[in-house]
Amino acid sequence: MSALPLHAQVINLLAAILLLLAFAMLTQRRVLSLIDLFAAQGLALAVSTGIVAAYTGQAHLWWSAGITLALKVVALPWILHRLIRRLDVKWDVERLVNVPTTMLIGIVLVVFSFNLAVPISQLSGTITRATLGIAMASVMLSFLMMITRRKAIPQVIGFLSMENGLFFAATSATYGMPMVVELGIALDVLVGVLILGVFFFQIREQFDSLDLQHLEKLQEGE
Amino acid sequence: MAVPTLGLIGAAIVAWLAIGTIGLAAQTRFGFVSRGLFPAGAVAGLVLAAGAFCAVGAPPQSAVLPLGLPDLPFHLRVDALSAFFLLLLGVAGAAVSVYSAGYFRESEGAAPGLLCFQYHAFLAAMALVLVADDAYAFMVAWEAMALASFFLVTTDHRIAEIRRAGYLYLLIAHIGAIAILLAFGTLKGGGDYTFASMRAAAPSPGWATVAFFLALAGFGAKAGLMPLHVWLPEAHPAAPSPVSALMSGVMLKTAIYGLLRVTFDLLPAQAWWWGVVALALGLASALFGVIFAAVQTDMKRLLAWSSIENIGILVAGIGLAILYKAYGKPVLAAIAMTAVLYHAFNHALFKSLLFLATGSVLHATHERSLGRLGGLAHKMPWVAALALIGVLAIAGLPPLNGFVSEWLLIQAFLFTPTLPQSFVNMLVPLAAAALVLTAALAAYVMVKFYGVIFLGRPREPGLAYAKDAGRWERAALAALALGCIVLGLAPSAVIGWLDPVNALLVGATPGPGHWLMLAPFGEERSSYAPLVVLAVVGAVVLLTIQIVHRLWHGRVRRSDPWDCGFPLQTPRMQDTAEGFGQPIRQVFEPFFRMERELPSPFDAKPRYRVRADDPWWAWIYLPIVRATEWAGRLAGRLQHGRISVYLTFSFVTLLALLAFVR
Amino acid sequence: MTAAGILSQFLQAGLALALAPLLVGWVAMCRAWLANRSAPPITLPYRTIRKLFAKDAVVAHNASPIFRLTPYVVFGAMVCSAAIIPSLATEVPFAAAADAIALVGLFALARVFIALAAMDIGTAFGSLGARREMFVGFLAEPALLMVLFTASLISGSTSLPSIVDTLAHRELAIYPSLAFSGVAFTMVSLAENARIPVDNPATHLELTMIHEAMLLEYSARHLALLEWASALKLLNYSCIGLALFFPFGIAGGDGDWGAIALAVPALVAKLGAGGFALALIETVSAKMRIFRAPAFLGPAFLLAVLAMLVHLLLGS
Repeated sequence: MSALPLHAQVINLLAAILLLLAFAMLTQRRVLSLIDLFAAQGLALAVSTGIVAAYTGQAHLWWSAGITLALKVVALPWILHRLIRRLDVKWDVERLVNVPTTMLIGIVLVVFSFNLAVPISQLSGTITRATLGIAMASVMLSFLMMITRRKAIPQVIGFLSMENGLFFAATSATYGMPMVVELGIALDVLVGVLILGVFFFQIREQFDSLDLQHLEKLQEGE
Repeated sequence: MAVPTLGLIGAAIVAWLAIGTIGLAAQTRFGFVSRGLFPAGAVAGLVLAAGAFCAVGAPPQSAVLPLGLPDLPFHLRVDALSAFFLLLLGVAGAAVSVYSAGYFRESEGAAPGLLCFQYHAFLAAMALVLVADDAYAFMVAWEAMALASFFLVTTDHRIAEIRRAGYLYLLIAHIGAIAILLAFGTLKGGGDYTFASMRAAAPSPGWATVAFFLALAGFGAKAGLMPLHVWLPEAHPAAPSPVSALMSGVMLKTAIYGLLRVTFDLLPAQAWWWGVVALALGLASALFGVIFAAVQTDMKRLLAWSSIENIGILVAGIGLAILYKAYGKPVLAAIAMTAVLYHAFNHALFKSLLFLATGSVLHATHERSLGRLGGLAHKMPWVAALALIGVLAIAGLPPLNGFVSEWLLIQAFLFTPTLPQSFVNMLVPLAAAALVLTAALAAYVMVKFYGVIFLGRPREPGLAYAKDAGRWERAALAALALGCIVLGLAPSAVIGWLDPVNALLVGATPGPGHWLMLAPFGEERSSYAPLVVLAVVGAVVLLTIQIVHRLWHGRVRRSDPWDCGFPLQTPRMQDTAEGFGQPIRQVFEPFFRMERELPSPFDAKPRYRVRADDPWWAWIYLPIVRATEWAGRLAGRLQHGRISVYLTFSFVTLLALLAFVR
Repeated sequence: MTAAGILSQFLQAGLALALAPLLVGWVAMCRAWLANRSAPPITLPYRTIRKLFAKDAVVAHNASPIFRLTPYVVFGAMVCSAAIIPSLATEVPFAAAADAIALVGLFALARVFIALAAMDIGTAFGSLGARREMFVGFLAEPALLMVLFTASLISGSTSLPSIVDTLAHRELAIYPSLAFSGVAFTMVSLAENARIPVDNPATHLELTMIHEAMLLEYSARHLALLEWASALKLLNYSCIGLALFFPFGIAGGDGDWGAIALAVPALVAKLGAGGFALALIETVSAKMRIFRAPAFLGPAFLLAVLAMLVHLLLGS
């Protein structure tokens, strides 16, 4: 415990905060707070990437920290806020499963992914490899969030936060991906959100609501 | 000089059988049976307890009785494990016998002499189960115990519901007995059916696993482990209260004894994952039991569900002990085992106490539904005061005994990070969470139980005529309450005394205790000194009373309740049992099968009805019933009523068998 | 057991008794400031208690002995736990008698007694309060235990002084698991001390009460003791929180008089900051429906479980 150097401890702490935020998002009832939580998650991610960059001296990690900051803390939340204003959808998040049950499933997922991560992280040589389990857990929790929400915007946020978890796994376990891959993913996410935004408008025009249950009517043979 | 402990125990068993027979002979002489025979049974119980007390530390004694089938004599043996459970049986049995001397009335369903016979046969059978040293004697005693308790459960056999409960009990008891029999058959290996040869058999890991799970199923069925628990909330309340006390307090422990005997004594080694299964099953039972206890409206059913909870805690502790033992940490296994043994004894004391208290309430009011009780603390001060001790103990509050076993079990849980496997490590926080949730819910249940029965205002006018319990009953309740207090205040002495049992089961003992303080791993790590806590809290209470009365005054004015100034107050405005359980029903809704009937707004006499049923019926039992009926119908097609067809079937079967064994 | 140890033991219990009403007064004062009201004097709780002691006790006709005993038992349990919690120094001789689990047991003892007393008179509000208190308690108590378990896994001990010793006198190390525990503990403390968002200490609207509903039938010295006990409970929870998450300034176990003398102002300063934080939380949040309580406490419980999991994964 005290054997870990300071930067590793801070990264561990940030990992824990990431997980905490993932749980907070899982239980959050308001869309706007959900976006704020997502921004906070991005911030934690950017800080941890920065620390890894400072410690390992890999210049491209500074870049990815900067991109994370710009994209996930500033740009995407801004786009989402705008989207919500334009769509005028400030409703509370409706959920398919109640909060305690969701949390319970979440805990089970955490146990599962921690167990999954133990053998993998033993292969990794980095000092912060223990955080791999947390990264996996955040990915799973975001997935769970996408499953349990009914409306489109929370689902998109869940998708984005899943990417956060993946990114964290990459930086913590292997000290980052090649720059090209990172840029590619970042652009993918950005473009994905823009396209989804367009889709939202389309969906709403079609059904006068963003409730994804309406999409169920699209299946054939009814 | 060695005490002939087995002789004392045997004498007590013979005495019980003799008392039962005398009772059978003196069928209708009620006074003699109740004032003469039951106290004599209590004395025999004390003799048994004395013998068992000496036997815990002594080397095992054994005997062979030339009874039973030719070439299959009964082997008897008393070692530390059976002595511990015999002590439990003796103490609880003696107290319940004293209580019964004052309890049974001439109007109970069965004749007093018959009841006396069944009761003492039940006690003797339980003692025989504990001293049996071969599978044959064990099964004979086990079946005798099941039968005796079946007849006791159906004492009020004129009520259809009770007959049904008894039938269900008998059915599941026999399914369990088959599993136990198969477990013994698996354990036997090449030798004969004595436990000694089973110990020597050393089965392969696969067969050992089969034997363990058969034993878990068989003894679990008797103990009320989920999902074989459905008989328990039916049968325990149906029996007369002293019998409920014996069944919950002692008979369930014989099943725990059997599980311990097979797992730790007869099987040479344990696999770690048995422990995980036992832990999961135990905690699930505990949580399920306590949640159901919280919504019960019948006081004896509430206690029966609480027994399921406590058995769950015991099995979870056994699972933890298996885990530690399998990973080669015998000292930690000893701590977990100590917690299990301590809790078994505690549960025998406080559950008997509470069941007996409900018996007194039942006799005083002829009412078991919590919705029609209330305010009995004024009419029955003795029962109320003694039941309060039992309630505080079962809720796991310091400085009483329930807290000690809870404390030990939690301490044992906190050591699981030392286990080498990450999967098990991760399970532990969840298990600890389930355990503490159960403990907190138990307090909820007990506040409901006590508050609704004894506190508040009487909900029915008839309760004004309730009388306190008689001398016999009070004496028994007081003895059990005293046991709760002593076990709560002097844990170190008790744990030191348990060393031989631990050595037998897990091959290690917890660290030497301090007389005042419970500190199994040393004071630095954890410690608990109930006497000091009691002394400090007591001193603060007395000092405060003194100071407040000296500095100011002690004047008291009596008046009507204030209740925010609402002028109209009726007893029906208090929380009912349903009301008190309602939050639990709402939070844990997925656990129940609920049926609701909501009144329409235009009803002149609105009625709201809700039923919260055990979902296991629908999950397991009803499908089995349907499958059986389906198979029965299929078999029914063979019936034509013509003899020659039946004979053809038999003939074909015979030919097929002959061809098969050729 | 040294002279300094015994002295700090008595000093601690005495200080807790004396400071408890002050803390309540301070929180009320901060709340008033934050709401832009003029604040009541900080000594108001003392005056209330003194006034109540002087009055004649009015007890309902059908009160049983439990009703009259309960204030003393609750008060005794709270004083006893104040003596266990290492708020000034980690050398607390009495703490060996009861560790963290026993501390939670003492809280539970107080809770059960107060709930039984509330049911004793048989009024509608009393039993309503008892039911709600047990309802909140059955979720809060396990969560508190899990928080303490995480701390005891870190320090390898359930004895509170050892835990605080480990946490206070370590090399600078960050325990992510404590971040989870801290959040969970804050939520539990709010619920257990009848604070917004679970209960409102200032409410007199009968249907929303929890803690107050149980005290409705009490008057005079009984009420004074119960008020004092609930102030002590708030102080105890604050001290547990400070000892676990901000263990700085607590004197070590070497009988250093100077350190003990320094620990007193440190404790007062920390309590002041904690009280302000509490008032802030209460001001910015709204009271929730009673059936929202599981949605508030369930996550607290699960966060505490998560803290243990994170501790096991990260080893810190």
